[in-house]
Amino acid sequence: MNKRLGTVVSGSLSKGLEVRLDGEASIEDVSVGSYVTIKGEKKYFFGMISDVNLESSDPELTHAIPEAGDPFISSILNGTAAYSTLKVNPHLVISGEAAALLEGPQPVKTIPTHFSPVYLASERDIEIVFGKEDKSKFFIGTPLDMETKICLDLQEFVKRSNGVFGKSGTGKTFFTRLLLIGMLQKSRAANLIFDLHSEYGWSGTSETGGAVKSLKQLFPQEVAVFTLDEESSKRRGVKTDFTVRIGLDEIEPQDIAILKGILNMTDLAVEATYQLQQRYGQSWFSKALELDEDEAKNLNIAASTLQSLKRGLNSLKRHPFLAPQAPESAVQRILSFLEQGRSVILEFGRYRSVDIYVLIANLLSRRIYDRYREMSEEAEAGLRQKPTPLVITIEEAHQFLNPEVSSQTIFGTIAREMRKFNVTLLVIDQRPSGIDEDVMSQLGTKIVFQLDNERDIENVLAGTAGKSELRTVLEKLGPRRQAIIFGHAVMMPIVIKVREFGSKESYRELLPPYDTEKEIEDLWS
Amino acid sequence: MEDSFRIGEVVTSSTSRFTTQCYELYVLPPLGSLIKTREGPNDIFAVVSRAETSSLEPGRRAVVRGQNQESEEEIYTSSPHLEKLLKSEFEAIIVGHRQEEHILRYLPPRPPRIHGFVYLCSAQEVTEFTSSFEFLDLLVNTQLDIPSEELIAACLREISQNVEDKETILIQAGRYLAGILSNDTRRLKSILNRIRL
Ligand SMILES: Nc1ncnc2c1ncn2[C@@H]1O[C@H](COP(=O)(O)OP(=O)(O)O)[C@@H](O)[C@H]1O
Ligand SMILES: [Mg+2]
Repeated sequence: MNKRLGTVVSGSLSKGLEVRLDGEASIEDVSVGSYVTIKGEKKYFFGMISDVNLESSDPELTHAIPEAGDPFISSILNGTAAYSTLKVNPHLVISGEAAALLEGPQPVKTIPTHFSPVYLASERDIEIVFGKEDKSKFFIGTPLDMETKICLDLQEFVKRSNGVFGKSGTGKTFFTRLLLIGMLQKSRAANLIFDLHSEYGWSGTSETGGAVKSLKQLFPQEVAVFTLDEESSKRRGVKTDFTVRIGLDEIEPQDIAILKGILNMTDLAVEATYQLQQRYGQSWFSKALELDEDEAKNLNIAASTLQSLKRGLNSLKRHPFLAPQAPESAVQRILSFLEQGRSVILEFGRYRSVDIYVLIANLLSRRIYDRYREMSEEAEAGLRQKPTPLVITIEEAHQFLNPEVSSQTIFGTIAREMRKFNVTLLVIDQRPSGIDEDVMSQLGTKIVFQLDNERDIENVLAGTAGKSELRTVLEKLGPRRQAIIFGHAVMMPIVIKVREFGSKESYRELLPPYDTEKEIEDLWS
Repeated sequence: MEDSFRIGEVVTSSTSRFTTQCYELYVLPPLGSLIKTREGPNDIFAVVSRAETSSLEPGRRAVVRGQNQESEEEIYTSSPHLEKLLKSEFEAIIVGHRQEEHILRYLPPRPPRIHGFVYLCSAQEVTEFTSSFEFLDLLVNTQLDIPSEELIAACLREISQNVEDKETILIQAGRYLAGILSNDTRRLKSILNRIRL
């Protein structure tokens, strides 16, 4: 039998239920974020504890009975005159109605009657709600106080753009690694990952010491590692598949426009790039650098503007991965891998500055997206099959999606278009307040780790139903490996302790069963 | 089952309480103890709420007699008729009854009859009757010439004498009271202070 907690005493569907804790149950045994079941008259409800309160029947209680600290007196008063209540939000009906019986848990449309008993959810209840691993469901973690698996339906997940948020060190990277592995296996989507800190392809490090394996090591067939910094990759022993060179002729004025702030260019200088492109076509970048003041004057570009322009472009050009012309198109190579359903991780090596990251991610994604649009349109016309769904992962997402640039970057477009051309985003950020609210509201599922900045919390929750409930739960998350997930891919908000990653055991569980013991030994050594 | 001890007879009776005159002077049950009498087929249970010893003849009072005696005992031994002139009586608040096998912790349909025999309850009867504390509702709501908290506390102390684990039964009773006195913390407090171990 499940552990009984108390009875429903009041509440509403919109604000949640108040549950009075039984005298015997201790408030210290329950925690915000725990799952409960409520046995209504006809239906079984499933919900989450979103708050706990201490109440007393008489506001004077503690004054009136100064001896209340005495163990004898306190064992009388606890649960009686001084009692505890839980705030419980019912989310699902798990049995007792035809639809729930046939199709599984259903969203609630009503609440249980007065005095319905409330129990801590059992492992079985949780399994009914969060399912078992199967061809689309991936085990991502456990409830905070249980060992039961909680699964996420990744085929559903990749249908929309999603976000992983949380302050630094909370476990975003580890979780994303798991998520990417899950997507590799279950989502039928290919991933393109802009790996700013070079931690998704090859060994990442763990703060607790020691290296952890990453995608290419675990799934060498399914994953290709591209690098912007061959030397760095070599030094780390990464088996790369391609070294990315970007031709100056591939850079477009829009790429410069979003770097305006970072390159410290004036508005007029940015405008001039468009002008130069009209005049010189693809080679505008190289031309701009050679432009003298007279030529500039002919184009109506003031000397000060020209200065700003050159300064900006020069600071870009000095990067060794930029060449007047690229020997081979990185876009083509990426596309050919993606078309085979393989995932591509682009390592940045030592080029970790924001300007490079924004430039490269935006430039490549824009072209890839264009190609996806063409392929989707051709598919609509019956000329080919729909392209393999693509998930693009970006870090430091606020650099691309802040209100100033989000309408200019390809990522703003992808987030807003909701998978129109089979492309969605996975954005990772530690400062979600920097992200355009509009983009935020388009994200399908959000995975949120601990955040302590009020504005970050506000922005993450903007436009979500049951905000106040989510907020209390969010504020109570532990500093590491604990997250709340809400939105499109989950039937109700879920709080998890993220599945362990980094041990030999964890690799074994993640790898497909046909991998032999020997291979795992190799990986480990 | 150990026999209940017969202590006296009902001399006045009403719906909520009755008075018993004891067979022997000063052989009174303690304040708060559980006693019983019978009305037809029903046992009636009550809690001793007040006791009094006075002259048998209404209006007469005792006079001092011990000036030349060595001890109080001597007063009684030297005037044996005294025991015939005095009476001990006690009043009890009805807290429940038994109909057939069922113990019901509310007022019986009819009060006990005059000359009904009155017994102290046996340990087993006390255990049975106090397996639920609903009878305390009747005590909480009774008007007495002593504070009812005093009576309730005495009653709980009496009950706890009957069991080995005093603390548990007092806590259970205390929790019950905390429920019914939830909006009257001061009364609750004065009871709890009187039953603290
Ligand atoms: N799922 C996990 N399994 C094992 N350790 C974890 C897990 N998540 C986080 N950690 C630990 O927490 C540290 C920080 O996690 P990380 O993902 O790098 O945080 P973030 O990317 O949010 O800054 C890791 O180095 C690791 O030691
Ligand atoms: Mg990280």
